[in-house]
Amino acid sequence: MKDTAKIGQSGTLESSDILVMVQLSPDQNGIRIELESPSKKCFGSQILKTIKQTLHNLGIMNAYVKAQDRGALDCTINARVETAVKRALKFKEKGDV
Amino acid sequence: MEKRLRRTALYIPGNNPTMIQNAGIFGADSIVLDLEDAVSIEEKDAARILLRNALRTIDYKNTEVVVRINPLSTPYGHEDLKVIAREKPDAIRLPKCESVEDVQEADKLLTKIEENIELKEGTIKLMPLIESAKGIFNVFEIARASQRVVALNFGAEDYTADIGAERTKEGKELLDIRARILLAARVAGIDALDSVFGDINDEKGLIEETKFIKQLGFNGKSIIHPCQIKPVHQIFTPSEDEIKYAQRVIAAIEEAKAKKSGVIALDGRMIDAPVASRARRILAFAKAAGLISVI
Repeated sequence: MKDTAKIGQSGTLESSDILVMVQLSPDQNGIRIELESPSKKCFGSQILKTIKQTLHNLGIMNAYVKAQDRGALDCTINARVETAVKRALKFKEKGDV
Repeated sequence: MEKRLRRTALYIPGNNPTMIQNAGIFGADSIVLDLEDAVSIEEKDAARILLRNALRTIDYKNTEVVVRINPLSTPYGHEDLKVIAREKPDAIRLPKCESVEDVQEADKLLTKIEENIELKEGTIKLMPLIESAKGIFNVFEIARASQRVVALNFGAEDYTADIGAERTKEGKELLDIRARILLAARVAGIDALDSVFGDINDEKGLIEETKFIKQLGFNGKSIIHPCQIKPVHQIFTPSEDEIKYAQRVIAAIEEAKAKKSGVIALDGRMIDAPVASRARRILAFAKAAGLISVI
């Protein structure tokens, strides 16, 4: 079980929200983020920065993140990433038993 | 401390970023960011984190910010309180409040958190939500269970379900219960806020119910949609004539004081303590509503 990827998801595709899927897998080397956003051109780098910073604050060094943004504020992005990571970690705990 | 106006308390679903962002712009006196009924069991964790971040980031200016946590008897309530209180909301709305112990438990937890974050003890207020037979039975003790309790809220839907009453728009089945909540609030010197009016398409019904609860003496009402703010505020805002009369009452009192006259009369009517007190209340409402600048 230990080698299985652990997945957590949070958020929605509604306006001002972001749907975040975090995959914690032993095969993943570093952080890889796939971002889809209508405002990617203007705010893409800021969204990526917020996601990376949130992962860093939670001590996550290796993860694959898929984020579908619908115009979320930084505080929402941070919340959805944190929830997705915590859900993935819970998944991991369960998987380890 | 100036008295807060609590004509409307607008419920905002705690897991909806758009509504949370916009909660302060509609002009409700209070917003109630909801982690309880508006959030499904599966999303309790997500909503708690989202609200925590929102409280850190969004400035709701003069709007009173209240968070309805889950009952402390559920697996979510303690975590809600621990996470949310650190962000210093104005108040916590305590659902399914049934006893003094329910209030005291929240009080103790808040005291501990305030100490940890170096916030003056008692800063975060409590608003018990009375929505069961047991809650109504103990409402007088609940209202006085802690210095933090600043308002009692009534939850009519859960109450009628608990007691087995039939819920009608007319609300005859709730008359004595509303009177009891109001009395408990007044004995404790705090506000009484009425239940929500669930049909957002029935403005006439909302107006009738609001007029009725104002007549009973309630300070305001919980609401579920921004479209309910204006009708409720209109009912709770004194009319121009009421304000003018109240100003004349206060002026007559001042004049009598200056003349050291024992008896005060206005338009041939004696001004006694209840008349003076009503006039002051009207002017306080008018000032809070921005209709006058000084009392």
